[in-house]
Amino acid sequence: MKYVDEYRDEELIRNLSGEIARLSGGQPLKIMEVCGGHTHTIYKHGIEDVLPSNIDMVHGPGCPVCVLPMGRIDDAIAIAHTEGVIFTTFGDMMRVPGSKGSLLDARAAGADVRFVYSPLDALKLARQNPDKQVVFFAIGFETTAPSTALTLLRAQAEGIKNFLIFCNHVTIIPAIKAILDSPDMRLDGFLGPGHVSMVIGLRPYTFIARNYHKPVVIAGFEPLDIVESVYQVVKQLHEGRIEVENQYSRVVRPEGNRQALAAMARTMELRPFFEWRGLGFITHSALKLRPEFADWDAEVRFAVPGLRVADPKACQCGEVLKGVIKPWECKVFGTACTPETPIGTCMVSSEGACAAYYNYGRFSMAAGRTQLPVLNLKAEGGAP
Amino acid sequence: MNQDEQTQIAKVIEKIDRVRQTRRQKFHLRDEKITLSHGSGGKATHNLIESVFAPAFSNPMLERMDDSATFELSGLGSGSRLAFTTDSYVVSPLFFPGGDIGKLAVHGTVNDLAMAGAQPLYLSAGFILEEGFAIADLRRIAASMAAAAKEAGVSIVTGDTKVVQRGKGDGVYINTAGIGVVKASWPIGQLQARPGDKVLLSGSVGDHGIAIMLAREALDIEAEIQSDTAPLHELVATLLAAAGSSVHCLKDPTRGGVATALNEIALASEVSIALDQNAIPVRPEVRGACELLGLDPLTIANEGKLLALVAPEKAEAALAALRSHPFGRDATIIGDVRAEPIGMVFLRTDIGGTRVLDMLVGDPLPRIC
Repeated sequence: MKYVDEYRDEELIRNLSGEIARLSGGQPLKIMEVCGGHTHTIYKHGIEDVLPSNIDMVHGPGCPVCVLPMGRIDDAIAIAHTEGVIFTTFGDMMRVPGSKGSLLDARAAGADVRFVYSPLDALKLARQNPDKQVVFFAIGFETTAPSTALTLLRAQAEGIKNFLIFCNHVTIIPAIKAILDSPDMRLDGFLGPGHVSMVIGLRPYTFIARNYHKPVVIAGFEPLDIVESVYQVVKQLHEGRIEVENQYSRVVRPEGNRQALAAMARTMELRPFFEWRGLGFITHSALKLRPEFADWDAEVRFAVPGLRVADPKACQCGEVLKGVIKPWECKVFGTACTPETPIGTCMVSSEGACAAYYNYGRFSMAAGRTQLPVLNLKAEGGAP
Repeated sequence: MNQDEQTQIAKVIEKIDRVRQTRRQKFHLRDEKITLSHGSGGKATHNLIESVFAPAFSNPMLERMDDSATFELSGLGSGSRLAFTTDSYVVSPLFFPGGDIGKLAVHGTVNDLAMAGAQPLYLSAGFILEEGFAIADLRRIAASMAAAAKEAGVSIVTGDTKVVQRGKGDGVYINTAGIGVVKASWPIGQLQARPGDKVLLSGSVGDHGIAIMLAREALDIEAEIQSDTAPLHELVATLLAAAGSSVHCLKDPTRGGVATALNEIALASEVSIALDQNAIPVRPEVRGACELLGLDPLTIANEGKLLALVAPEKAEAALAALRSHPFGRDATIIGDVRAEPIGMVFLRTDIGGTRVLDMLVGDPLPRIC
């Protein structure tokens, strides 16, 4: 398949991995992939198997489902249960537990909850159901915020007033800064989020290199992208350079996407602060609709509980999100907390580090890499 | 290795053991209400069956949890066994590229019988119709069922019709049950996988699920993908003629896909299964749609494919037999069965890494069949 197969070439990846081993000279390095999409690729393809064992990938806070606090899920469920509301959401959010069940449970209890692939689908539902209030559960980083913004502008232009947005968009830079400022931070470099960077460009990352002296490589999402980006981080460290590099140049332009940024700026503004699951309150880290769009703002139109709900005591999502512990080190990982009965958000989304560990079984290789049988089907002539 | 590392590794091993034990525990239902996940064919469906139906109906035949029950009937004469199965069809939309609910209702039940190594004979058909449903559509569905039954050499010999008020159904739901005669003198079933067996797959995966998904028009993806729905009993007969009692286990990877089907076998037979991702055929259009939607083709439903676990010495003969039949033209060997670790399926990934392949959790796509 074009644009995919060339980025999954086993031999190229092995060669690059050999170069990483040579340049790093066996020195242990912790590299954080900020984005949940990267985490997913790493586990889906078993990339840690092909990287040299001194390279430790730490999974960052870039899974929008994982960082949403329980209180916001409760608010979403309260809106979904309102008479006359069709509540629309991305599929990932359906199973995320709030303090009293998930949206999937709300649907089983009678709420009209539907999953959509884009805010435009929600807008279409609003056109088709003029007697209903169609609420879109807007989540995600700068990757998805522009599509929410453009959909809102279209609703405004068409005068559609029964389309509402429950805005939970967050911004990646304050979260990275919170991690860099965290006392238990022990990272040697970052893989920057490719899709977010397509919107915001490269400039917002320069403080990481300049003030915190950590290399950043904006990375694509195929296995070869990830391995090449790790190579670029290691090469910078080897050569004593610290800068922001762009591995994903086939998609990311240095200046970002000005139109997308303009649409966001027209419709949304920074919240003074926002709670992140596990990371606590971070100032200027999330977006809400501007006051002139109050008619489309679900938070204005509906009375939501707006309560802060403490995470379950046993849940260590916060430490996982900061990279302080590996998912399997969490007390409830794989026992009380599994993808079918998640306690924490990291176990729900396919981009969540815990779900990736669990589903793709990498926990068993967390140390020693000796627990799983090494699959060498080809060498044994088992499969053609 | 220093002491710190040793303690660390000991901790990991302890943790893994606990997780493995949890994974292998009997399924446990914690939900209070039915959600769509309970119909996914994956873990939630298992939880429901193991917690509600299995204890209520408990008997040795049911407990094998195969696609069909097989048994001898005294009075019928000795030697041959009967296979008996049932399945309900709630697919939406009712008509889709490559088939419709009627065709599916025949093929699905024929295939459940075929997976027991049986020659399908008779089907029943129960219809639950919604007030207001177009008779013309019902005629189309009936004609399609008749054609599928004729092609499969089965007769629909009994039936039932009920109508529910408008809004209490979705057009039409169909239930079919079927019986067939098992010719094989050895046990075929998901308890029979043995270390060393080769895993054969009869063709490309994911076609049915993706065809249904695109037919729902919610996605603006245009691709020529047809459901693979097909009767598999002749393919099975060809396979059994070539490999005989070396065929240990047959399964059609419907809801939950290849991943769920092989996990069920690994759990039931207490073996491990290792697959080579690069050996598993996926049509480019299906792969493209899966990449776009973030789905794994290995968890997507098929309606005209089978998995066969065959003793290694007969694997090549079995493969040749599958390939000699039109429905098995693209058959490949995708992996093998190992002794350890029990109850788990592994994948050698496309770039040479390793990962666990788990059962489907949640439902990417409700009402697929």
